[in-house]
Amino acid sequence: MSRPRPEPVQTVKQRRDAALRGLVASIPYGQYLGIHFDRRGDELTATMSFDEKLIGNPLLPALHGGATAAFLEITSVIALGWANLWEDMESGVLSLDELEAGHLPRLPKTIDFTVDYLRSGLPRDAYARARVNRSGRRYASVHVEAWQDQRSKLFAQATGHFLIPNSRGG
Amino acid sequence: MTAENAKQAQQFIEMIPHAKALGMEITQIGDGMTQIEMDYDTRFIGDPETQVISGGAVSALMDTCCGAAVMSHPKVVGATATIDLRIDYMRGATPGQRIRARAEVYHLTRTVAFVRAVSFDDDAENPVASAKGAFTVEQSE
Repeated sequence: MSRPRPEPVQTVKQRRDAALRGLVASIPYGQYLGIHFDRRGDELTATMSFDEKLIGNPLLPALHGGATAAFLEITSVIALGWANLWEDMESGVLSLDELEAGHLPRLPKTIDFTVDYLRSGLPRDAYARARVNRSGRRYASVHVEAWQDQRSKLFAQATGHFLIPNSRGG
Repeated sequence: MTAENAKQAQQFIEMIPHAKALGMEITQIGDGMTQIEMDYDTRFIGDPETQVISGGAVSALMDTCCGAAVMSHPKVVGATATIDLRIDYMRGATPGQRIRARAEVYHLTRTVAFVRAVSFDDDAENPVASAKGAFTVEQSE
């Protein structure tokens, strides 16, 4: 009983990074808001880089609640799409060529999204991580938390429900 | 007082960088009710295959519209912040069409404004999304 030799680290990284790039590129609004993702294994952290156009209260100043909501929602959708993609990506059902060409399954559709605003967003970078609490055949529930300077001091959190598209379109 | 509040709320909303960046226009404001519109823009796309705008862009419009409704309420003084906001996405907005959001303060206490909102594209019978939220009130008369 000998286990197969593990894949070279570069092969693994190339495949996972290509898949993540493909997912992120599929939401132009995320790029417009300056959202990008860092990956450690399967764990994703989203960053929304500060920009003047994200301000909602120029007197404080504070981030716009709508920009925060969009940041949390995009983080949730990417995290869910990524979790759903993981098995096919790792087992080779989706080849590197397909991943690089952006041939990815459709992203989940948001059914509803509820944001708690815990403190005002400061005019600086924001970070977020999502946790898929339940992902069934058709529906999923995702929780997401966002912070700025201190991980333990959240400035917003949200829960959303999503519709998982059929693997063949739909 | 009412007209003054509406004017101040309009001036404040027109100063918001995020609302300006997204091209939001106030088409009606006053007495705790507001309508804000936004043109379709390819920067807002959430799904390139269908060209439908991202739920996040609709969220930004609804959040701004709710906040403006609070500030335009005759009993509210000063700015507001969102405490929580729930958005239901009923369908994708038709690509190329302008989005209109309408919000109203349906209950006000000394500290909290309860607001609901609906968004439409050209099909005024079928809402794109609806929202319900609580907003801070700094001071009410």
